[in-house]
Amino acid sequence: MTGAAELRSRTRELLAANPPATTDRLDFLKARFDAGLAWVHYPEGLGGLGVPRSLQAVVDAELEAAGAPDNDSRRNGIGLGMAAPTILRYGTEEQKQRYLRPLWIGEEVWCQLFSEPGAGSDLAALGTRAVREGDEWVVNGQKVWTSGAHNSRWAILIARTDPNVPKHAGITYFLCDMTDPGVDVRPLRQITGEAEFNEVFLTDVRIPDSRRLGEIGDGWRVAQTTLNNERVAIGGMRLPREGGMIGPVAKTWRERPELRSHDLHQRLLKLWVESEVARLTAERLRQQLVAGQPGPEGAGMKLAFARLNQELSGLEVELLGEQGLLYDDWTMRRPELVDFTGREAGYRYLRSKGNSIEGGTSEVLLNIVAERVLGLPSEPRTDKDVAWKDLAR
Amino acid sequence: MTDLLYSEEEEALRSAVRDLLADHCDAPGVIARTESDAPHDLAAWKALADGMGLAGLLVPESKGGQGATHREAAVVLEELGRAVAPVPYLTSAVVATEALLACDADDLLAELASGRKIGALAVALSVAPGGVHKAVRVENGALYGELTGIADAAAADVLLVPAEDGGLYAVAADAATVTPQTSFDLTRPLATVTLDGAAARRIGDAQPAVGRALRAGAGLLASEQFGLADWALTETVRYLKERKQFNRPVGGFQAVKHRLAQLWLEVVNLRAAARSAADALATGEDVEVAVAVAQAYAAPVAVHAAEEALQLHAGIGMTWEHPIHLNLKRAKADSIAYGTAGAHRSDVAELVDLQAP
Repeated sequence: MTGAAELRSRTRELLAANPPATTDRLDFLKARFDAGLAWVHYPEGLGGLGVPRSLQAVVDAELEAAGAPDNDSRRNGIGLGMAAPTILRYGTEEQKQRYLRPLWIGEEVWCQLFSEPGAGSDLAALGTRAVREGDEWVVNGQKVWTSGAHNSRWAILIARTDPNVPKHAGITYFLCDMTDPGVDVRPLRQITGEAEFNEVFLTDVRIPDSRRLGEIGDGWRVAQTTLNNERVAIGGMRLPREGGMIGPVAKTWRERPELRSHDLHQRLLKLWVESEVARLTAERLRQQLVAGQPGPEGAGMKLAFARLNQELSGLEVELLGEQGLLYDDWTMRRPELVDFTGREAGYRYLRSKGNSIEGGTSEVLLNIVAERVLGLPSEPRTDKDVAWKDLAR
Repeated sequence: MTDLLYSEEEEALRSAVRDLLADHCDAPGVIARTESDAPHDLAAWKALADGMGLAGLLVPESKGGQGATHREAAVVLEELGRAVAPVPYLTSAVVATEALLACDADDLLAELASGRKIGALAVALSVAPGGVHKAVRVENGALYGELTGIADAAAADVLLVPAEDGGLYAVAADAATVTPQTSFDLTRPLATVTLDGAAARRIGDAQPAVGRALRAGAGLLASEQFGLADWALTETVRYLKERKQFNRPVGGFQAVKHRLAQLWLEVVNLRAAARSAADALATGEDVEVAVAVAQAYAAPVAVHAAEEALQLHAGIGMTWEHPIHLNLKRAKADSIAYGTAGAHRSDVAELVDLQAP
């Protein structure tokens, strides 16, 4: 068992052999991966040492103190947070060796081809078809809400391989090459003016069977690993007081006394208290995870933050009065990262409307809380024993 | 760093209190007692205070207490809230005890800590920390005046009375006239205290003692409110899994499920806010903000939980026989006790510099 002291000395050896000041950034990241210090909870040979995830902090602190470059994880959030844990769990040895290293160092960015125009909340109803031809699968269909598709080398993809069985049973999980000529990425402009997301059209895209992840027809189960990791990522954050969307509103309130009114004051105080309480709940969830007793609160945190972000940004626009009638920039752009705090209140107001839709609508999350946390009966299902091809659409 | 979890010892304390309350404070018993001559359950109080030593949690061992902290007292209050137990724990073991800790009256402190005596701070239950309260007249060391809205005074052996000279006085309950008021919450009844030349002993300055007592009372009330809300949610979910209409469990209708899921989220948030206030009181760090935040959040949640429980139980929830009304009346009274949510929001505005126009 490797302890904190050993990790510290391993990290120092890495730094001594690859001085950050004189080593190429990618070379340093490769060396770090090969030393097992990328994600220490991953197995040896795959960037880790098989030790508890909590020990990562020891490594990160040493590296940060030495001014070492990091892997700029925000640029590859889907790769690191969703694709990697799924490949680790379901990938063949060959797949793990091929994909995890370039993914972690950021050489290969990943996106997610899950949602479709006809399969939103009901993701399992998806209709993108994958048909077997020899050692290949031929994929046709349309995906949507694909953030980062225009920057991505690879995609995690779920597609229908058997339309003659109920919807959950006929799905298979693939790793899709985004440079395939049949992949057509088109920007999808949003109400904010910019195109953070894409539509992805797949026309006769050929995927070798060696890029199938998990068994044929087992894609829904494989996808659960991906989606569960999305929720862990959302629940694990740590905020200081006034660290979220309350921050800019409180700042404006303090700096612009001429904008204040009694009505806005009451609403601001209520939201300040609710933001602080949501922060405490997120912190309590984090403490539970550290103590090894994960609670179900994570399911609720996304609901809470979606509502708060929307109400706070709405209040901020109103508080700004005449300035609230303006917008910073409607230019169509394709940002590489979602930036909540870099822009003005009007942008935050519009962008946060997506918070109760993306990653599970608030209505679906309320069902999940009611059924999985409170144990209430599930919705009556009319699609359970019906072959996918016979479903209403 | 604020510790928002429960320790193993705290969980053990919880189950001991819960077991005790299961024996003493079942709902039919509590309902019957509300209309009797003895609204307080003194047998349950004796078991908690004397048997388990819980009246002295906040008092150092050197002064006859248990030397525990607000974190443990908060766990006790969660359970008392769940049962809507008619015992003077918050008023005597928290509020009166905190007042005495700020005074020079170790004899009284030891008596309250041991549970041999029950104390009540003679400040109306509705007064917020730092709020304005009544004081009585002092003449030749005797007290004159009338105070209303004094919670649990009818069960008290000793009253701690603020006087116009700025002092806090200890008065034996039998030297005063204590007249029960018909209270909205029959499980924490209010009384009028009339002093007509009552013999009294000055034990310290009223302002710091009352401020400290009400702050601790407000902070730990949030844990009682969490207990109330958690009971209301749990009981409603349990009932709606069993109750069938239209050939389905009522809890399977989405309109109902979404309301319960929203309520769950509020209750989960309230637990974090209440633990934060209890931990802040225990460590002395960030106390004012933590208490004001907890109280600004707790009351609407506890009331909402009780109101949802009533509506979702429907007809049976309107009956005197069903315990929901105990929960609703306590939750509504608690929304006024030690300051309304609005009063605490005003405190927040001052504390974090979000000034009114």
